[in-house]
Amino acid sequence: MKAMNIVNAVNDALDIKLTEDKSVVVYGEDVGFEGGVFRVTEGLQKKHGMERVFDSPLAESGIAGTAVGMAAAGLRPVIEMQFCGFIYPAFNQIISHITRMHNRSRGKYKMPIVIRLPYGGGINALEHHSESMEAIFAHIPGLKVVVPSTPHDAKGLLISAIESDDPVLFLEPKRIYRAIKQEVSEEKFSVPIGKAKVLSQGTDVTVVAYGAMIREVQKAMVMAKEAGYSVELIDLRTIYPLDKETITASVKKTGRIIFVGEEPRSFGVGSEIMAVANEEAFLHLEAPPKRVAAFDVIVPYARGEHHYLITPEKIFYEIERTIKF
Amino acid sequence: MFDQFDPAEDKMLQVIDNNGKVISKELMPKLSDDEMLKLYKDMLFVRTLDHMIVSYQRQGRVYTYPPNYGQEAIGVAAGAVLRHDDWLVPAFRELGAWLAKGATMKDVFMFNMGFEEGTKFAGANHMLPSSVPIASQLLHASGIGYAIRYQKKDEVVMAFVGDGGTSEGDFHEALNFAGVWKVPVIFVIQNNQYAISVPVKMQTASINMAIKSKAYGIKGIKVDGNDIFAMLAAFRYAHEYARKEQQAVLIEAVTYRKGAHTTSDDPTKYRTTDEEKEWDMKDPLRRMKLFLEKKKLWSDAAEKKLIDEYEKEIDRQFMETEQTVQYPLEDAFKYTYAEMPQDLRDQQIEHEKFLQWKNARK
Repeated sequence: MKAMNIVNAVNDALDIKLTEDKSVVVYGEDVGFEGGVFRVTEGLQKKHGMERVFDSPLAESGIAGTAVGMAAAGLRPVIEMQFCGFIYPAFNQIISHITRMHNRSRGKYKMPIVIRLPYGGGINALEHHSESMEAIFAHIPGLKVVVPSTPHDAKGLLISAIESDDPVLFLEPKRIYRAIKQEVSEEKFSVPIGKAKVLSQGTDVTVVAYGAMIREVQKAMVMAKEAGYSVELIDLRTIYPLDKETITASVKKTGRIIFVGEEPRSFGVGSEIMAVANEEAFLHLEAPPKRVAAFDVIVPYARGEHHYLITPEKIFYEIERTIKF
Repeated sequence: MFDQFDPAEDKMLQVIDNNGKVISKELMPKLSDDEMLKLYKDMLFVRTLDHMIVSYQRQGRVYTYPPNYGQEAIGVAAGAVLRHDDWLVPAFRELGAWLAKGATMKDVFMFNMGFEEGTKFAGANHMLPSSVPIASQLLHASGIGYAIRYQKKDEVVMAFVGDGGTSEGDFHEALNFAGVWKVPVIFVIQNNQYAISVPVKMQTASINMAIKSKAYGIKGIKVDGNDIFAMLAAFRYAHEYARKEQQAVLIEAVTYRKGAHTTSDDPTKYRTTDEEKEWDMKDPLRRMKLFLEKKKLWSDAAEKKLIDEYEKEIDRQFMETEQTVQYPLEDAFKYTYAEMPQDLRDQQIEHEKFLQWKNARK
């Protein structure tokens, strides 16, 4: 075991896969020599060589499009999009090819591509650095979308993602990149894609969240506990495929469900969670399912971001309203 | 060859003229009579197949089809240099290269009948499905090139795009990546003068398309795309160069789309019959036929007989395909993921329940 933050854990997973599988290559903007703007890939080029961990030209469509060719020719590319707001030039390659080549070739060409994407707000960054647009990607048939909230899950999920024969969008909550340290095994292990985790058992309300919002919910749960409420917290870990079973079982037990996410509220992941609660556990509901998500506005620049970000108080407020409904 | 036909001087590689006369003997590729005849027959086959598919489309038996008519020399010459392990990254108008790689008539029929099975190209080694979003496929070629270099394989990639595609960002990113990475990729622009209705002069202010290679530090050459010998000479040279030097090449093949963009298009709206007549004189089959006739290798009678044979065989295979294909519900589900999520299974089961209900109602 070793104390790791999410940055260390992602680095460790990449190191393990680069070591054991020669078909794995890691590239993107600044990921080689510098080790990435967040230092996630630090030391990997030195250890595994310039052919396997390298800087690409600065072109996101190019990075994603070349990964399609590499995957078709037998490699397992792990590509980095430097910030969530910079992925859009690659969107065509993702939606038109990465997620379709397997279908279009009737399984002749698999697309074992991992797209690493630091996402989310709360770091006082420039415009285009704070979005949480995972719902757009979860909507695309052919893609799997994964979001760890802990160093342990970051390592285990990334190993699963690299080993997946399907393309995986691997969202990294950059706000908590270095905020949490955890004892993580240095050995290889994996966390399955598509399985949520019940982080805390409770009886009054189910809270579903993921990524950087888990920590905010946990802060709200301290307040809830003081107020005498029992909260069940589910860390989604994978957005698509959604673990409906875990959500449904929990809602059937608590009768109430709140989604907490930093995404724009409408048509989001939270909307899908609400649909699951309604479709699968309608008669068990004692209060309307509730989304605690960001406003449907552009993420404000740093000075205004506090208006936008979901706070523990806001989460507690909605927990109490739902329980008292 | 690249220096001799510098795109900056707007030079174009040509071997025979419009009358089939050899105008640059030293560039004529080495070919036996049989090899020459095979090239011609391959072009004739592509033209016959192409016409037949258009007529099937008119009869409502296939959906939209993009004809190759007038551009046969490029695909056939490409097919003649591609080896079993070389990669073909198609656009959608290089049928000769598809067939040479091992795509079957049945694949082509199925694709245009609306079956994904038709873009699998099961029997074609190292051939990607054709790509509809313009120029996006060129990046795949650069990526394959990287994999070839990384895996130290003796393979070359050939990727196709049209003149309109050179305006897309992915065209430029693909050439840039290939240049920086030093990978064995031959990019082929089929400059057929029109992107649907938009003439080439509205796509670029460059003096030609091949010159774009210079911006990316790779070699480029402009070739008469309706001269099969010129195309073959250029492809052979580029193939050797890409392999030996591990470098990318850009080839502009100047040609003319004699047919419509697709069967849904009407070219009379945007071009003149004078222009069409001018290009009729440059037709790739006409030119090669004149060449072969001078060598007493070919005749009208031989041509008529062969087209007859081709038509019979194409029609036989088409009817066989029509009768055997089906699209079961599960095919719509099972290829979206390599590992199907439970939720997709559930969606299929739910729909099957509806179908059972529907059938029980009858």
